[in-house]
Amino acid sequence: MSAVLDPQGQAGGHADDHHDHAHPYGWRRWLYATNHKDIGTMYLLFSFAMLMVGGVLALGIRAELFQPGLQFVNPELFNQLTTMHGLIMVFGAIMPAFVGFANWMIPLQIGAADMAFARMNNLSFWLLIPAALTLVGSFFMPGGAPAAGWTLYAPLTLQMGPSMDAAIFAMHIMGASSIMGSINIIVTILNMRAPGMTLMKMPLFCWTWLITAYLLIAVMPVLAGAITMTLTDRHFGTNFFNPAGGGDPIMYQHIFWFFGHPEVYIMILPAFGIISAIIPAFARKRLFGYTSMVYATASIAILSFIVWAHHMYTTGMPVTGQLFFMYATMLIAVPTGVKIFNWIATMWRGSMTFETPMLWSVGFIFVFTMGGFTGLILAMAPIDIQLQDTYYVVAHFHYVLVAGSLFGMFAGYYYWAPKWTGVMYSEFRGKVHFWGSLIFFNITFFPMHFLGLAGMPRRYADYPMQFADFNMLASIGAFGFGFMQVYFFLAVVVPAMRGKGEPAPQKPWEAAEGLEWEVPSPAPWHTFETPPKLNATATRVIG
Amino acid sequence: MMMKNLTHGHSLSQRCARLSLGLGVILTSGLAQAVNDLPGGPKVNQLNLHEPVTQIGVQQHFLHNFMLVVCIAIFVAVFGVMFYSILKHRKSLGHKPANFHESVAVEIAWTIVPFIIVIGMGALATRTVVAMKDTSNADLTVKATGYQWKWGYDYLKGEGEGIAFLSTLDVAHRIMSDTGKPAGDNYLLKVDNALVVPVNKKVRIITTANDVIHAWMVPSLGVKQDAIPGFVRDTWFRADKVGDYYGQCAELCGKEHAYMPIHVKVVTAEDYAKWVDGKKKEMAALADDPTKEWQLAELVARGEKVYAANCAACHKADGKGAGAIKALDASAVVLDAEHDKQIAIMLNGAANGAMPAWRTLSDTEIAAVMTYTKNSWSNSTGQLVQPAAIVAARK
Repeated sequence: MSAVLDPQGQAGGHADDHHDHAHPYGWRRWLYATNHKDIGTMYLLFSFAMLMVGGVLALGIRAELFQPGLQFVNPELFNQLTTMHGLIMVFGAIMPAFVGFANWMIPLQIGAADMAFARMNNLSFWLLIPAALTLVGSFFMPGGAPAAGWTLYAPLTLQMGPSMDAAIFAMHIMGASSIMGSINIIVTILNMRAPGMTLMKMPLFCWTWLITAYLLIAVMPVLAGAITMTLTDRHFGTNFFNPAGGGDPIMYQHIFWFFGHPEVYIMILPAFGIISAIIPAFARKRLFGYTSMVYATASIAILSFIVWAHHMYTTGMPVTGQLFFMYATMLIAVPTGVKIFNWIATMWRGSMTFETPMLWSVGFIFVFTMGGFTGLILAMAPIDIQLQDTYYVVAHFHYVLVAGSLFGMFAGYYYWAPKWTGVMYSEFRGKVHFWGSLIFFNITFFPMHFLGLAGMPRRYADYPMQFADFNMLASIGAFGFGFMQVYFFLAVVVPAMRGKGEPAPQKPWEAAEGLEWEVPSPAPWHTFETPPKLNATATRVIG
Repeated sequence: MMMKNLTHGHSLSQRCARLSLGLGVILTSGLAQAVNDLPGGPKVNQLNLHEPVTQIGVQQHFLHNFMLVVCIAIFVAVFGVMFYSILKHRKSLGHKPANFHESVAVEIAWTIVPFIIVIGMGALATRTVVAMKDTSNADLTVKATGYQWKWGYDYLKGEGEGIAFLSTLDVAHRIMSDTGKPAGDNYLLKVDNALVVPVNKKVRIITTANDVIHAWMVPSLGVKQDAIPGFVRDTWFRADKVGDYYGQCAELCGKEHAYMPIHVKVVTAEDYAKWVDGKKKEMAALADDPTKEWQLAELVARGEKVYAANCAACHKADGKGAGAIKALDASAVVLDAEHDKQIAIMLNGAANGAMPAWRTLSDTEIAAVMTYTKNSWSNSTGQLVQPAAIVAARK
């Protein structure tokens, strides 16, 4: 154990605070933070705050759509709500949350002392704050927040007020933050693994994040290019996307979705990694097909670069284009299916228990797969002609982003929070959170499939009366779902942060594997300051 | 702690029961609002795609149902295995974990089989993709132009060539929406001028747009095509049933996105010939002579109509604008005795297209609406803009 901890750390290991080292206290600890655990915590709290902001906007949308006719907001504000909900959830909630998980867990899982570039790590977090303030603050600018949809399609963006520029700047800053985070993760994983932790022995969470980080570095500059061209079209007389000056609005969509489709996988691959850690732990059985999981993840990442135009079937591309993108898109079902099958094979003939992390993981597989199937249906170009830009698409991407990414993160929270905070959560409350979220999620989004099939377009402030009942149902579900997340914060997160609850053992899960369970709970301020010596499978520290 | 949890659980289940009861009441009261299915439009609580009236629509319908059945079958099979495992392979039942963790044969099988399935699915759809894109040999060609926020139709080729009109949401529906008192089976789907086409004829729709991207969608016809400014795209349909078919704009196009519906009226060949005849006469009668000298009162009256149909959505009925939208009431440009500046804005737009170019309005309409703004609300300049001034400015 001496390699795991410095002596002071070991001494303070069981207390609920870690006063082991001379390090800054108070606000300095956070502003000047270079410790991966502190930065991870800040990322997670920041992204939860953004989840709440984005959630409030979503409830604004659902309140307006509770009944046909305009009751609460005018159409201008409605478009601002949908746009900002999307931008905040994607760039403020989901992406930073996974970086938070990476910060906390990657050094612990590979036996590294910290992230490779500690000060850059600090910068990449603190850049998010001005970016978020700029983005959210755009609501208070003349003309209100951007209202061109989160995809920011030209030439509608050229009509927006000054808030559009604010959003562009905010996204640039968030993009820079993401790229720095990715560089940090790649270098940490490639350079700082403990001796014996070969790439093919690494936990899958590290693998999925390694691949995600490469995706981020490949596509964030593409987004930056698209929105910079939008900016110069708006102010400097260029006409990249402005048809009045000979520009091509469809070129914007190509560039945006070349970013946007890998982005979808950026938001789901780390969740795959979390689920791949939890299922074996609670099935008490090794992960089935580790190697094929790695290759499947890499295949998904590579395929994600050649399917972007399936978002654009209705723009009128040539028949060969439609066919290529249809077939390529459907191929993604193959590696995704491999992952699902591997998880189920891991559960098969295991010895399962269903603590909260496992419930979220099983819920993830079940509901995420529904989103996968609707994705397959949408990939068929002739069907997509009916469903493009309807609520079916809204249902589809919430099934993969909420039931996928968000559920995966909740699974990860319940699994690792005992290590972070040193206290166990209440199983009862965790289960209430899970079942409440699962039920309300489906009440919210399942009826949207019907609305989309019936032709209700998305981003509509008002709708024909025939759509009223399903919209009402979706709105009721949305408020329930929102309430469950407030419950999660108040009943699960706050008590954990205040150290209330049963003290967590070093390894709370009987069959969990990995180096994070080789350090005490809560994980002391410094871990693995000298490289640990690992056993043959690189899952235990042996000296 | 245990007791507390138990009482907690009890009250929670009670609350759930009450909630579901309330839900039922709300839903039934929702149904009580008198709404019926709209033939050719959405049905009340419709669960699947619209009933198709074109071959493409029939194929889309088939493909969707086929995919749904296949996906549900796979879903049931895969999750049947998972839930069997969840029920049987539990620690609480004393099940001991097995030790296997890889099998190359199984891995290859569950890569190859899904691969074959998805390629099969794609092969099934390929014929329809090719058919959808074949816009050749049309009997009638109509250009649909998206404007913020209405559709313009120009009959370019075939019977009815030369007919052109705008199609706008019935203003009463827009008011119902604003006041939060919607009513009617065709709420938000009623337009002033429907697109009329003959039955059993191949109709090619060329789409384009004037300002931002719109999308021309009619689910029953199996058609959705983006309308892109500066570019033309096309799609087609051949309706095999007479009737009214409804759709809406499907690409976010600004604040009135939800208020630019599409109504396609499919009629018999004889009815279509009659309609073409009537429409041509009507257009001839309506055509304004741009050299006519108008009196102030009649031009203001004409302008009021133009304003209500085109300008009031943004500048508001009281001319005060809203937010970034400029007020016309007491505006220096409007009050100016020199008309050039206002004419230029009317013809070319302003603010990067937030104020659109209104070249599509006739000379008389532009003159009328300018005269109206100069003599309404607190503006009382007494100025008169004659259509001839617009004719000159257009050159």
